[in-house]
Amino acid sequence: MTNETLSQYANLGVYSAMAVLTIAMIAFAIDLAGTAPKMSSDRPRKAAGVAMMLTRLGGLLLVAAAALRGLSVHRPPLGNMFEFALVGCMFVIVVFVAISLRRDLRWLGLFVIGPVLLTLGLAITVFYTDASELLPSLKSVWLVIHVTVATFSVALFTIAFSVTILHLVQTWLEAQEPEGMSRLRTTVTTALPPARSLDRTAYGLHVVAFPLWTFTLIAGAIWAEQAWGHYWNWDPKEVWTFVIWVVYAAYLHARATTGWTPRAANYLALAGYGCILVNYMVVNVYFVGQHSYSGM
Amino acid sequence: MTESRMDTRPDESDVTQPTLGPVGMMRWAWRQLTSMRTALFLLLLLAIGAVPGSIWPQRNIDAGRVADYLASHRSTGPWLDRLGFFDVYSSSWFAAIYLLLFVSLVGCVVPRSKIHWRAMRAQPPRAPSRLERLPEHGEIEVDGAPEDVLRVAQEVLKGRHGLGRFSRVRSDGLSLSAESGYLRETGNLVFHAALIVVIVAVAVGHLFGWRGDRILVTGKSFSNTISAYDTFDPGPWVDTEGLSPFTVAVDRLDVTFEERAGGAQRGAPRDFTAYTRTQTSPLAPQVNQILKVNGPLKFGGASVFLLGNGYAPVITVRDAKGQVLLREATPFLPQDANYKSVGAVKVSAASPKQLGFFGFFLPSEYLDMDSGPSSFFPDLKNPALALGVYEGELYPQGRPQSVYTLSTEKMTQLKNSQGEALRLLLKPGQTAQLPDGRGSITFDSVQRWAGLSIRYDPGKVLALSGAVAALLGLIASLMIRRRRVFVRVRPVGRRTVVSIGGLAKGEDPGLGATIEDLLSAITERTGTKV
Repeated sequence: MTNETLSQYANLGVYSAMAVLTIAMIAFAIDLAGTAPKMSSDRPRKAAGVAMMLTRLGGLLLVAAAALRGLSVHRPPLGNMFEFALVGCMFVIVVFVAISLRRDLRWLGLFVIGPVLLTLGLAITVFYTDASELLPSLKSVWLVIHVTVATFSVALFTIAFSVTILHLVQTWLEAQEPEGMSRLRTTVTTALPPARSLDRTAYGLHVVAFPLWTFTLIAGAIWAEQAWGHYWNWDPKEVWTFVIWVVYAAYLHARATTGWTPRAANYLALAGYGCILVNYMVVNVYFVGQHSYSGM
Repeated sequence: MTESRMDTRPDESDVTQPTLGPVGMMRWAWRQLTSMRTALFLLLLLAIGAVPGSIWPQRNIDAGRVADYLASHRSTGPWLDRLGFFDVYSSSWFAAIYLLLFVSLVGCVVPRSKIHWRAMRAQPPRAPSRLERLPEHGEIEVDGAPEDVLRVAQEVLKGRHGLGRFSRVRSDGLSLSAESGYLRETGNLVFHAALIVVIVAVAVGHLFGWRGDRILVTGKSFSNTISAYDTFDPGPWVDTEGLSPFTVAVDRLDVTFEERAGGAQRGAPRDFTAYTRTQTSPLAPQVNQILKVNGPLKFGGASVFLLGNGYAPVITVRDAKGQVLLREATPFLPQDANYKSVGAVKVSAASPKQLGFFGFFLPSEYLDMDSGPSSFFPDLKNPALALGVYEGELYPQGRPQSVYTLSTEKMTQLKNSQGEALRLLLKPGQTAQLPDGRGSITFDSVQRWAGLSIRYDPGKVLALSGAVAALLGLIASLMIRRRRVFVRVRPVGRRTVVSIGGLAKGEDPGLGATIEDLLSAITERTGTKV
């Protein structure tokens, strides 16, 4: 039993969130563009203030959209590609807003909302699936436990990915002569925190996301044992979840190994995120396996 | 040598390498294997090695798809097969990677455990003389004698603002050394050791576990003996005579498919429920139990899972006099999402030649222009049987064969009066006469079957415990900070200067703040006015 009206409202929520977040993203961009060297650090950053408010609003709209979608199908909205994308984006924005309450993240807004808008756009057009019930194997409490944590940790990996890229850019800019830099490069390097601090932030996010991903793996194995008879079947989704885990484990080892610079280790983190994208976009749709729940 | 060279190490060619004996070589190889660099390399290799198994079909998951792949890729297929790309996770090269990793893991965990054991029992090192050289440092002047201030500092260090109750403090004249976060390394070691436990548990499951599959038509029952299984796959060390003697009877199977939604979701399975009667042993009382996709039945260590379902048309074959030669529910195997199913009916009692029927069962039959009789929905909306008829020898040379296909090498297909291959299309209740007095076939009714998979894995509890321990160890090793804090006091007139320096293992952005907290707590506790 599904409720079409509610799922229509959910879609409306996604569209409004996208509109609000687009304005927020533009405001964040304006704020960053206004950063100039030698500017006092306490300059009024009106655009960033507006952007932050709009991001919070966008986050609320996404929470509402996910809740409406869940109500329309009488289950957690975690049953197909569209719903994973929606809930994932919601987590990204919620985590961003939550951290921004304690730390100044105005520099990061643009680079978090950008990917979120891209994902939401894909979700509502390419991945869109009509509201419907679940396959029998998905009807389990483990759906909530396993998929929620998986989506949440992917959200953290996404933010970490953005920060990691910024770290690499900033490292590159910091190595250049300040005199010879173009205006754009000067603006970027002034707008971002120093490379060391970016690296620390990225590492902090990865360190939280990795145990959550480990938990996802374990919860998935417990569920697989109940639904399919064995805790590990080398299903393509399991393989890629494992590959992601191994690559991020390698990243953490590289961080602890002398002889690996943070920059080199960060390339491993980027590779890990590449595997996450493959796991979500390629494995769900193209590979034959027991996790074929994309709804496409 | 060029001037731009920054490296002051000598060129490798300048060095006379000492010759290594066999023991030296072994030691060198062991060092290499257990080094972090090798571990990292093996980890990445493991990730890359696992990928082909998700791209190419795997025999242990779907042998049929592997056969299809080999049939359609005649040039590359055999090569991929030789390299183990269809059995990645049991291939020798994949095993080589994880076994090397396993050895590297053991070689890393054991010596580190020894070192950590000693470190946990040792005193923190003496405070260095110049604390201001440490990464974090702070200094204040407070009221009171140095000895009293040091006592206060010790209390504060053990307190909430310092390194906590579990830290170890060493007092050394006018200085203190404190160390905390031993659990970080403990957690790290637990994590790695637990991974070894998981690998061992997987091996136990492989050696002592078994798996059996059985297609059970509703109304029938089966007992847990090897002969009752369609396929049985025991581990090398399983006692196949000693299986626990439970029985399962499936009385009814309820199946629901999506009827309302359109697009790809139409016809998607929604609910499968089997109503069963079970006995733990032949003498035990019967118990009614419900078996669902996420709710297996448990018998001691073995679990019964409902992994598939399909249709078993009840077919009666009579000879020309009306004598029943065969009457049974014959399971057909679904081929697509709409349960177009294949199956065979083998009438070995027919004479003078044996009869075989081969074809499709279609729960919702329609005639597709290209592929012939097809099904448009997985549920029974318009059930029909579409069969071809063969006569001849069913079991040439008595070779074993699948019950779902007909081996037609020693058989000929019957033709109709126009000389075309005879094709029967039967609805429930209908009977077709076979040409030239060969008798008749009746499609009586349709039953469902439940695809049961029975698994026994004695390693799974151990695997889960290992995995949970690994997770807890991981959290401890990532979240707990290993810190050393040193305090020095020196008298300045009637007051005392407190100098605190801190050192952390790895990233620790909070250490500076902790030192500030310590200083202000000491200021407060010594009653110093700020």
